[in-house]
Amino acid sequence: MIEIKNIHKTFGDRTILEGVSGTFQPGDTSLIIGGSGTGKSVLLKCMIGLIQPEQGQVLYNGRDFLTGDEDTQKAIRREMGVLFQGGALFDSKTVRENVRFPLDMLTEMSSAEKNERADFCLQRVGLEAAAERMPSEISGGMKKRVGIARAIVMNPKYLFCDEPNSGLDPLTAIKIDELIKEITDEFRITTVVITHDMNSMLEIGEKIMFLYRGRKLWEGTSETITQSHVKELNEFIYANKLLRDTTQE
Amino acid sequence: MLHLGRYFIFLGTLFRNREKFGVYSKLILDECIQIGINSVFIVSIVSTFIGAVTCVQTAYNLVSPLVPLYIISVIVRDSTILELAPTITSVVLSGKVGSNIAGGLGTMRITEQIDALEVMGINSSSYLVLPKVVASMIMFPLLVILAGFLSIYGGYIAGTVAGIITQEDYIYGLRSDFKPFSITFALIKSVVFAFLISTISSFKGYYTSGGALEVGQASTAAVTNSCIAVLGADFLLAQLLL
Repeated sequence: MIEIKNIHKTFGDRTILEGVSGTFQPGDTSLIIGGSGTGKSVLLKCMIGLIQPEQGQVLYNGRDFLTGDEDTQKAIRREMGVLFQGGALFDSKTVRENVRFPLDMLTEMSSAEKNERADFCLQRVGLEAAAERMPSEISGGMKKRVGIARAIVMNPKYLFCDEPNSGLDPLTAIKIDELIKEITDEFRITTVVITHDMNSMLEIGEKIMFLYRGRKLWEGTSETITQSHVKELNEFIYANKLLRDTTQE
Repeated sequence: MLHLGRYFIFLGTLFRNREKFGVYSKLILDECIQIGINSVFIVSIVSTFIGAVTCVQTAYNLVSPLVPLYIISVIVRDSTILELAPTITSVVLSGKVGSNIAGGLGTMRITEQIDALEVMGINSSSYLVLPKVVASMIMFPLLVILAGFLSIYGGYIAGTVAGIITQEDYIYGLRSDFKPFSITFALIKSVVFAFLISTISSFKGYYTSGGALEVGQASTAAVTNSCIAVLGADFLLAQLLL
């Protein structure tokens, strides 16, 4: 379980996050939604330790990640898998080498074992045939899938996805969503997804947190989100014409 | 001053939480090829022509019949070993290698590849930068030796083909009053310049933020700052060691 408590972050005189708190349960796909510039990505970066908030706590099964000692932070990092917005694949390495990379750096496994594990993860995301290709030779959707394979190669307990659907066509976006959901259920991972994609919200969002101007304005499930009376949330959801029309019907 | 402080903190991070030696050995080898072997062509061309031009221009300036011709090769030798080979090679490499390092790291930064390393618990600056620094400090002296040799040889070819100086005079001049410390001085300079160019370029690239435009700006700043640092260090080393 991940708990975030009272996260505050400012850049200069701009307040980005203002006392955001929440809980993310194992086996759930939790979504953090909100418009551009509401602090979603900053919150994610605070949770994975890329940005240090001025105030607040991030607890992984009760262990404080931000103020914990080096060993605690290292141990928690080993339990994390992160899918970055553009995949963040290493350009100079093949797809298999990218997936193998965490094993190379963080484990004492033999080369054969590493390859076997990397191939299993690539197979899991349906990319075993692309193992020898370079990141520049594969599509955006494939990069995301390789990113997922790399994120799960260390058997993480926590999976973070930063806008996994951005820049993808609707069909590929759905496939990525389904993959994230399947992996979350299969390995009982605590998954946190940052998105502003309404399809994702309805498809995979078991628990949803809505951020507005750095503050948590609403929290609930995909079933209850359409009944919300929060004006800002409704404006955000029904900006999508299709969703607006469907709900009105 | 703020940048200078950040630069020194950055240097400190290179040696903190390092990875296993085995990880670095392969990376250093890769960087040696990237930084050293891939620069042989440009260094060869530049140094050969500089030696040739130095020979021709020295001869042009020696108008007195009282000055023996072998002085031309003495000047070519000393200017090459003391200054042209280490400094000009380093300025050329600050353009080629410096922009490559800054551009590469800058791109890794904006495409979140550095973040991906950090999230895995890997010290990204040490993993990415230390091999470049070590490889530069290994390869720059070798490139300077090559540049010195080719520059003197370029002077020899230009001098003898153009009929400026005879082969015997040129070789006599090369051997005349030779101080072996010049070689040591050139190699010390090349190691210092290698460190400056690789660390300054890495610093500029590593802290890039924004997009493609900023990566270009980081590359330009890396080359400019490296050149200034090389020239400043050149003067300091000359004052301290000669």
